[in-house]
Amino acid sequence: MARVWVFGENVDTDQIVPGRYAPYMTSEAELGKYPFIEHRPEFAKQVKPGDIIVAGKNFGCGSSREYAPKALKVVGVGAIIAPSFARIFFRNALSLGLPLFQADLTSALQDGEIVELRLDDYQIVTPHGAYSLPKPPDFVREIWAEGNLVQYYRRHGRFPGQERA
Amino acid sequence: MPHTLAELIIGHAAGREVQAGDLVVVKVDRAMGVDSLTPSIIDVMQKELGVERVHDTDRVAVFVDHVAPASSVATADNQARIRKFVAEQELCHFFDVGRGVCHQVMVEEGLVKPGQIALGSDSHSNSYGAIGALGTGMGSSDIALAWASGHTWLRVPETIVIEVSGQFQGRASAKDLALAVEKLLGADGAAYRSVEYHGVDSFSLASRQCLACMSTELGAKAGIIPPSGEVAARFPVPGWLRVEPGARYERVERVDLSGLPPKVAMPHEPDNVTDVALLDRTPVDVVFLGTCTNGRVEDIHIAASILGGKKVAAGVRMIVVPASSEVLTDTMKDGSLLALMEAGATVGTPGCGPCIGRHMGVLAAGEVCLSTGNRNFRGRMGSPEAFIYVASPATAAATALTGIITDPNTI
Ligand code: SF4
Repeated sequence: MARVWVFGENVDTDQIVPGRYAPYMTSEAELGKYPFIEHRPEFAKQVKPGDIIVAGKNFGCGSSREYAPKALKVVGVGAIIAPSFARIFFRNALSLGLPLFQADLTSALQDGEIVELRLDDYQIVTPHGAYSLPKPPDFVREIWAEGNLVQYYRRHGRFPGQERA
Repeated sequence: MPHTLAELIIGHAAGREVQAGDLVVVKVDRAMGVDSLTPSIIDVMQKELGVERVHDTDRVAVFVDHVAPASSVATADNQARIRKFVAEQELCHFFDVGRGVCHQVMVEEGLVKPGQIALGSDSHSNSYGAIGALGTGMGSSDIALAWASGHTWLRVPETIVIEVSGQFQGRASAKDLALAVEKLLGADGAAYRSVEYHGVDSFSLASRQCLACMSTELGAKAGIIPPSGEVAARFPVPGWLRVEPGARYERVERVDLSGLPPKVAMPHEPDNVTDVALLDRTPVDVVFLGTCTNGRVEDIHIAASILGGKKVAAGVRMIVVPASSEVLTDTMKDGSLLALMEAGATVGTPGCGPCIGRHMGVLAAGEVCLSTGNRNFRGRMGSPEAFIYVASPATAAATALTGIITDPNTI
């Protein structure tokens, strides 16, 4: 069971983790304390592994800092669902194995409600109905299966879909 | 089937025909790291991936440009670590404090060429589209993988074309075109996509760099300009790299330069754009001329043509940071930098300067800055309570002269 956290549009990387809480300013081990530390301070304290972020368009805009999606991965966010993501955030999240789905559920789901995220058939099941998520390409599912892209490469010596050299 | 420039470049690197939507793994021609992220790239490569050495030293470039010289013990320690890594790995393309902003130096040093694929740990790596390369920004994991393997994965992007016609009038320039496109498409209007600019054959290299750089503010994966004119004369352009009539574009927009007035992006979003002439009277505290967008010789010349023999308005700090040491020495020799200094400007070490808000001119709460950079997000240049306006070098110089954000065509 997962709690839904609803956010607005254009959530930028500074709202996710402000620059002064960057791991090179604080410490890598503390990264889990900082997601939304100023924007929504209760988030880091209450978030549970598997919880879902549902947001408006252009989630993750701003800088190329990978520690923004990493902070969300560290606290165990199960998925982020938004109609669009900023390009580098999307890519960084993919590299880190943090599931992102492009869909607009901001009016379907409510902040604080408890739902079930099913990653086997890409459904969100709620008392008021089930919502389908777009099925990710094989490439992405292969990364998820290994945890993240670096682990994938470490284990296979290649990228998903790449011919072995 | 005819291809877009992104399809041509990625297809060439993949060794097969590709089209928008395909996922491919390609060889990377150059992968660049900057001072703020290189320590984390090293960590991912050596600790998480377990790879001790880069795959090919020639395909790696490292820059100390974002906070250069170091502003604190923490940044100094980080940079010392980078120098140690560069020495251990015997990297041949390392550019330390003072050489300049990565995106300018990559082009000056010929480290990226038309038709190539260059990655950078910096979002404005789109800049290499100025010479007809596919440049794109990535995070630490992707750059670490590129250093370790020489490869990356790419999803071939859809393409939006900006058809440019007419000639600039008065003091309007490429920056005003870029801001007009910002307004037209919006800050995520080209997300995941490639933007091609057609009809800009007469544009200088510097103007193309400004345009390609600003495609990042559209959310684009790349901003590519077909090599022609000055670029075709200075760089080797492969025969296959040209606009193919009939290529499939997702969207085509037209911009006529002849009626284009000087533009300004108002706080706190780069697509919050209006005409400078329509802005309410806006006094400024700081004018910043520099960055990978507008810190080149051409930009300093424009500013000097407006400020030469005159004085910066009382109470205004004008900070000039040439994009590279080459720009610095060229504009010293031709007198344009001296003209700005005599007008009252101060000059900083080539690099990112105050653009990143960590040194060399951090803004206080309530201060207003007119910058020739590319983004004006809240807190970008210092206090979240400061106000950043983004405009062209001509508008910056006119503003420095009057102390109020000023349309350069009225000077
Ligand atoms: S000049 Fe500014 S925008 Fe360009 S690379 Fe440096 S910090 Fe980034």
